[in-house]
Parts: sequence; C-alpha cells; structure tokens
Amino acid sequence: MSDSEDTVTDAGFDDWLDAAEDGTADYLECPDGHTALPPRRVCPDCGATDLEELALPDTGEIRTFTVTHVPTPAFEEDAPYATAVVDFGPVSLTGQVVGIDVDDVETGLEVELEIATSETTGERVIGLRPA
Amino acid sequence: MSDVRVAGTGLTPFGNSPERTSRDLFAEASIAAFEDSGVPREDVEGVFYGNFMGELSEHQGHQGPLMAEAAGVQAPATRYESACASSGTAVREAVTRIRNGENDVLLVGGAERMTNLGTAGATEALAIAADDLWEVRAGVTFPGAYALMARAYFDEFGGEHEDLAHIAVKNHANALSNEKAQYQSAIEVSDALEAPPVSEPLGLYDACPISDGASALVLTSESYAAEHDLEAPVAITGTGQGGDRMALHDREYLARSPAAREAGAEAYADAGVSAGDVDLAEVHDCFTIAEVLALEALDLEPIGEGITAARDGRTTADGETPINLSGGLKAKGHPVGATGASQIAEVTDLLAGEHPNSDHVADATTGVAHNAGGTVASATVHVLEVME
Repeated sequence: MSDSEDTVTDAGFDDWLDAAEDGTADYLECPDGHTALPPRRVCPDCGATDLEELALPDTGEIRTFTVTHVPTPAFEEDAPYATAVVDFGPVSLTGQVVGIDVDDVETGLEVELEIATSETTGERVIGLRPA
Repeated sequence: MSDVRVAGTGLTPFGNSPERTSRDLFAEASIAAFEDSGVPREDVEGVFYGNFMGELSEHQGHQGPLMAEAAGVQAPATRYESACASSGTAVREAVTRIRNGENDVLLVGGAERMTNLGTAGATEALAIAADDLWEVRAGVTFPGAYALMARAYFDEFGGEHEDLAHIAVKNHANALSNEKAQYQSAIEVSDALEAPPVSEPLGLYDACPISDGASALVLTSESYAAEHDLEAPVAITGTGQGGDRMALHDREYLARSPAAREAGAEAYADAGVSAGDVDLAEVHDCFTIAEVLALEALDLEPIGEGITAARDGRTTADGETPINLSGGLKAKGHPVGATGASQIAEVTDLLAGEHPNSDHVADATTGVAHNAGGTVASATVHVLEVME
C-alpha cells in the first residue's frame, strides 16, 4: 500500500472513488430493477449482463453504525472512528462518518458521500458527512 | 440415504500457544480422534480439512496434503476455506461423500494458528472475511461488522447490552468444566458491562478470544461401523448449507441471518426433525449477538425474542434447550478453521454421555451444530442424533 504513481489500482473500484470525488458516483441497475455497486459484469440477483450506470442519489440515511476502538493496523491512527451502513435508496454502502463527533452519530442521520483519507495510511476511504 | 457415524472425536486444548504450528495442532487432534474411534489410519480414504488464515499466519498454503502427512494418513486431502465456517463446510462435503457411497472412512477437521499474529494482526487477518473493497477499506473489522448487526437488532427488536452480557456469562459458566476451553473462569454481568469497548455497542466480553487449536473427526458409513463393530452411537443425520450476499450492506435485513435459516431448514428436513425436536445446540457465537441471530435463524427462538433467551434462562445449562454447553466460541475459544468440526465433536460427546456437561442433557437424543462464516454469508448446519 503506497501512494506512488505506479501503484496498481483496482479497476472499477478506484474509478468509482475518482467519480465520487468528482460528485458523479454511480450504481448499477439491471433491466429487472435489481441494483448493485460496481464493479460488476453480472447482476448478482438475476444474472442479467446489461447493467446500466445510474447516478447515486446525493444523500442517504444511516441504517446502523458502530464506533470502533480496536482497529486493524491500517486504521490505527484513525481510531476511534464511526463506521456506518447507509441507505442511499437504490443501494446501501458502508463508509466512515466524518465531520461529526463520533458520540453524535445516530441511526437515521442524513449523510452525503465525501471521499476521505486514512490518517494512518493516507489511502482513500469512503467517507460520509452529515448533509 | 445412509447416516454418517461419528466414530471418533479429537480436540487440542483451545487457547494461547503462539509457537505451535497448525500441523502440530492437527496432528494432536487427529491422534485423539483415531484413538477414540478404533479405526486404523490405513482405512482412511480422504482428508477434509478446514483452515482460514494459514497464508497470513504461517505463510502456508496448500495445507491439505501437509495435514494428511501430519496425521499419518496416505490419502488425497483437500483444504476447505469458508472463513469461520471452513470446517463446517469440510464436514458437509465429507458427509455427502460418505452418503453417496463413494467413501466409507474419512478424516475431517480443521486447525488455526492465530495468536502468533498478535491482536492487531489477527484483527487484520479476520477482517478479510468481509468484502475488502467495500467494507474492509472503510475500516470494518470483524467485531465492527457484528456491532453493526447488534445495533440494528436493538433498533428493530429492542434489547440492550445487558441482555448480551447474560450470553457471555452463560457461556463462561458452561466452559468451567471443559478442560479444553480457553477460559475456564466464571464472569458476572457487571464484568461484561464494564469491559472496554471493542466496537460499540460490543465490548471485550461480547467477543470470542483469539485462539490456537485444532479439531478432528473420524467419520464412517453405517456399514463400515457395523462391520467393524465400532462404538459410534451418534450419527450425523442432516446437513445443510446456506449463502448470502458477501457485504452486510447488500442485505435486506441487517439483524437476521437468512443463510443460517436456509442451512437449518435444509438440515432439519434432511434429518426429518423440526426445531422442536432439538435438545441442545452448539451455535456460532463469535460475538454474543451472533448467538441471538443463530437461535432465531434455527427457529429455536422466534424472531426478535432470542435476545432474552439467556437472560431468562431458556438456553442455560438447565434451561429448556441448553445452548453452547461447551462454552461456545466465546469461552471455549475460536481457532477459526477448527471451530465447525469442534462443534460436531462437542455435540457428539454431549449426546453420547461422554462430555463433562452431559449430565445437564441426560435424555438428549438430538443436537445441532451451527457454523457461520463472515457476517453469515456462509453457514452450515448439521443435525446429530443418538442411533442406539
């Protein structure tokens, strides 16, 4: 894990982070209306392969969260931090709640996507900021 | 289909032995299983072995043949990896093989070396059971994932941390007489409530320990057991497996385990039993909340009511359906790859009257073992019954 220019990226995922930084994060929808996060070639629900890229809604709502005190080494300097599962409507995703004291995080809180940076590794992290 | 006899069981002590290799641990468990079974090693036709993090903890892949060698068995060997359900899936594959008539004698089990990684290293290794891109890179740990589920449970059905504490107290109490258990110490509800937080709302006493250990089973066909006059009164009569989306956020329900429900329903139907027939169960309580979700998925408790089962005494050693009489993962320990097969060993010994806690279930004839991987994207359930 280094941030040197020749670091190999994860196609699809790092592209999604790039898009999220530009405010154009997407999700995928199959003809039957099943939804999923990229990168995917196949709908995990029905096997359809013609997946359409649609714009992720601007805000989502926290479904559940936890404040982690015992992290993996990759987040040693970040702890304690709040991780939340957020419902954006068509899809849910997991991210770190930023821009708010961890003690103030609550279920139902409205948040928007903001790509953050790990204090430990400098790697990009999916962040969620109160909207 | 023929039932599969559990001819022999063997466990190492579960606990803290960072210097011991998994090949040494599995060798010890296999020796005990062979001695218990009376089956000669040369009759073994295959080794089905579960292990999760061998590449990370020991820089060792391709562990199947290594473990056959450690056990002194000359037979084809395969490693099964399904995170914490690794040896549950190994058991299921072996059971299926014997039932299909392809094999009569198989060595099944698992091992894990974890404590050599330290707490941070083991936390990192365990986290790879989650989706690396979409969960781990957001800081999700294994306790963190179950904490997400615990809060979702409280929000949907009610309950509080103190209810979970009663599960930890129960499982510690059950482990007191289990000499293989990592913790043979009683705790009180206040100990659990005052313990440092790991991932809120879960604290240190809601989590299973990091453990080294191994398990082994000698499984045989009915006909082999009869022909060789084996003392093997307990059989695996039902097997089931379920799956789910890998990442928690992709599930419709955050506080339920449909994969375990699917596995349980399949295993019950396979054995021709229902949840009401179950006298005891070993369920995958990697965290206290996981025991609640398991009980509900197995229909041993209605949805939303499993949270009170330990507190109200329904699942304690002298309750209606004792759960985790071994101490469970919580107190017995959780050497990940060994756990699924160790649960089969515990249920077998409990039903056969050979377990320190058998007195609590003297009339029991039907037991269940529930093994789960990740946030239950993988689950296996086995039904065991006393046959004679």
